[in-house]
Amino acid sequence: MNKIFEKGGKLYWLHSTIDAFETFLRVPNTVSVKGAHLRDAVDLKRIMIIAVIAVLPAAVFGMWNVGYQHSLALGVGGAHILANFWYGLLKTLPLFVVSYLVGLGIEFASSQIRGEEVNEGYLVSGMLIPLIVPVDVPLWMLAIAVAFSVIFVKEVLGGTGMNIWNPALVARAFLFFSYPNQMSGSEVWIAMRKGETMIDGATGATPITFIGDGIDALTGAGVQYGTSFWTMFWGGIPGSVGETSVIAILLGAAILIFTGVASWKIMASSVAGALFVGFIATATGISDIPCWYHLVMGGFAFGTVFMATDPVTSCQTERGKWIYGFLIGALCIIIRLWNPGYAEGMMLAILLGNTFAPLIDHYVVNGRIARRNKQVKTA
Amino acid sequence: MSALIKLKHGLDIPLAGEAERVVSRLVKPGTAAVCPSDFKGLAPRLLVHEGDHVLAGSPVLADKKNPDILVTAPLSGTVKEIVRGEKRKLLAVLITPDEVQESVDFGHVDVTDAAAVRDLLLKSGLWVSIISRPYGIVADPAVTPKAIFVSLFDTAPLAPDAEFTLGAKTGAMQTAINALSSIAKVHLGICKCQEGGSFAGFENAEYHVFQGKHPAGNVGVQISHIDHIRKGETVWTVSPMLLAAIGTLLGKGKLDLRRRVAICGPAAIEPSYIETWPGMPMSCLAGHIGTQADGVRIISGDVLSGRNAGCEGFLGFFDDQITLVREGREYELFGWLRPFRFNQYSADHTYFNWCLGWLTPKRRYNMDTNLHGGPRAFVMSDSYYAKYLPMDIFPLYLVKACLAGDIDKMEQFGIYEVLPEDLALCEFIDPSKNYIQEIISDGIDLMIKEMA
Repeated sequence: MNKIFEKGGKLYWLHSTIDAFETFLRVPNTVSVKGAHLRDAVDLKRIMIIAVIAVLPAAVFGMWNVGYQHSLALGVGGAHILANFWYGLLKTLPLFVVSYLVGLGIEFASSQIRGEEVNEGYLVSGMLIPLIVPVDVPLWMLAIAVAFSVIFVKEVLGGTGMNIWNPALVARAFLFFSYPNQMSGSEVWIAMRKGETMIDGATGATPITFIGDGIDALTGAGVQYGTSFWTMFWGGIPGSVGETSVIAILLGAAILIFTGVASWKIMASSVAGALFVGFIATATGISDIPCWYHLVMGGFAFGTVFMATDPVTSCQTERGKWIYGFLIGALCIIIRLWNPGYAEGMMLAILLGNTFAPLIDHYVVNGRIARRNKQVKTA
Repeated sequence: MSALIKLKHGLDIPLAGEAERVVSRLVKPGTAAVCPSDFKGLAPRLLVHEGDHVLAGSPVLADKKNPDILVTAPLSGTVKEIVRGEKRKLLAVLITPDEVQESVDFGHVDVTDAAAVRDLLLKSGLWVSIISRPYGIVADPAVTPKAIFVSLFDTAPLAPDAEFTLGAKTGAMQTAINALSSIAKVHLGICKCQEGGSFAGFENAEYHVFQGKHPAGNVGVQISHIDHIRKGETVWTVSPMLLAAIGTLLGKGKLDLRRRVAICGPAAIEPSYIETWPGMPMSCLAGHIGTQADGVRIISGDVLSGRNAGCEGFLGFFDDQITLVREGREYELFGWLRPFRFNQYSADHTYFNWCLGWLTPKRRYNMDTNLHGGPRAFVMSDSYYAKYLPMDIFPLYLVKACLAGDIDKMEQFGIYEVLPEDLALCEFIDPSKNYIQEIISDGIDLMIKEMA
């Protein structure tokens, strides 16, 4: 690093930024000074980049799907796959640019203020945020949401590793509660150019909108979107950019589990929790939607794989992870079925899960301590 | 033999440079050092002056709080220099050894007489080889411990093979076990692979068989599985090497700290064993280091919890291993961005060495001291670290309690049971590159201060 970026140099205010770019390209020459003399080759950059790679299939599919939904709405059934992708890319790229520019800008500035190196955490959050918002969300709203979440949910608490809630989800929640018109309904999920109108019989609503109306309304909703189980599984339906294709998300889940970056226990127990509540609902006649439909609808799969498993905001202990995942899955379906105001329960379920994670851990940890202390008395 | 205790958690780091099982030479140092910093909890008071003549076993230092605790000279000779650092802190007493070695004769004691054994250990300077837990400090002679634990195997990277270094001293070790069992019950931890070996037949002690990766050989880990330390309890631990020294003292009446030391590590030329005394200067190792001496880190101990001695340093009192590793002061272009990094070792699954490990189980890595990343806040969850700590403890909770200086929480999360070395692997694998051992060590210091 040039001397002017060091402490006392003229451009010291750029120190963290320059350091971030430099360490991005090459591993620094620092050696261990205390403790273990050798260190594992892994660092947070590696772990975060694996998470970003895991999200890529969902992101690429999402871009194509934006174009595909647009073509369907216009009645152009046979549009070329690349044409659809190109349309989607142009529509979603600004979301990524805004998310990264605003988020990383704040991250770099905060790191400089704290005198620390830039943490890689936002590389993942910045990738996730565009994928969980409707494609037509106005960019200025996105910028405000990102700024709010990075500043108030992450930086004021001390940066990545110190936050209580998942920053990407808080950004979405901020949009959801501040600008409900742009975040729900049937107008926002399909990106239309000015002057274009949908053909008759097309609807912009996501399948999840019909949860309250039952399985018949769901399957009969919009024929051209084919809201059957398999269409929802492969993802050719309207929805937030990256959440629609369960196949692409499962690919990401495979990467995360293979590399050990995310906990398979949280994913498995979240699915179990959703199936459990969904089954009870159908068994008691509250809803006639089969419980496995919930797994492919809305943001459940995306949230389970990429958001609930965030190591900072999820449970710390292995037993806690089981409880935490189950709680999220169950809460998601409870909100979907019993709260007509919020069609999508996953966002709130994970944020609630984040809130309860320290409590769950507290009981797991104290349970073990109490068990050990009991051994004292018997021994 | 008691039941087998299988430890699932842990990691054997495949580090290159294992010492060949031959004693290549006897190193009789030109200078031997007595360093008070080897003994945690000892406030040194100097008992000799420059120019004094000492015998092997003559007192050199005493503890200020408890003057009965002595540190004695490992070799007979003349006190050459007393090295002091900042604020006149005593760093080392340098002794020039005599050609013909003479030892203090401590006579014989009845090994069944606990008071006589204590007295002999104190007089001979071998008392400091007894480590007291919690906190890992020099034992207090006034205390009778709950039990005494000895781990007869070492699982640290490139650790010396105890069968090779001590196989000939089992008689002395038995004498020491007999003596220590007059003070408290002795527990021996052995490895599954040692069953039937030369350490399997000791009497007057209870055996516990362990199987697992490092840190299964750490005595702290073994204690937590045999009979964990509760608040207010004290246990003692002795390393097998010093157990043999205690036995020799009891048998022959002389202090004999001569030991086989493994010279190992990826930067070591002809890794093998030497015979020498504690306090040997590292300059004696020139033949193993080669010409690039400033590019090599000389560690007294193992790579996880040893001490960076440097070219000017000395072999520690408790160490029977010197590890030489290259200083990794280079930049690595696109390091973490490369899909594979075959030349770097990582236990994490984001690199794919773990798949390679199935294909080439004998692969050893030439690792260096590079941090491979920058310091960050803890991001990965507790269970990520717990995979490398086979104890009933939540490592990250303990570390965070230490960071916060919260005495109650540290107590609950198990500060009494651990020493920094037990969490060394957590530090090794930490992607956030925190100095976990230092955090634990500071936590222990705080406990000592607050609970005194």
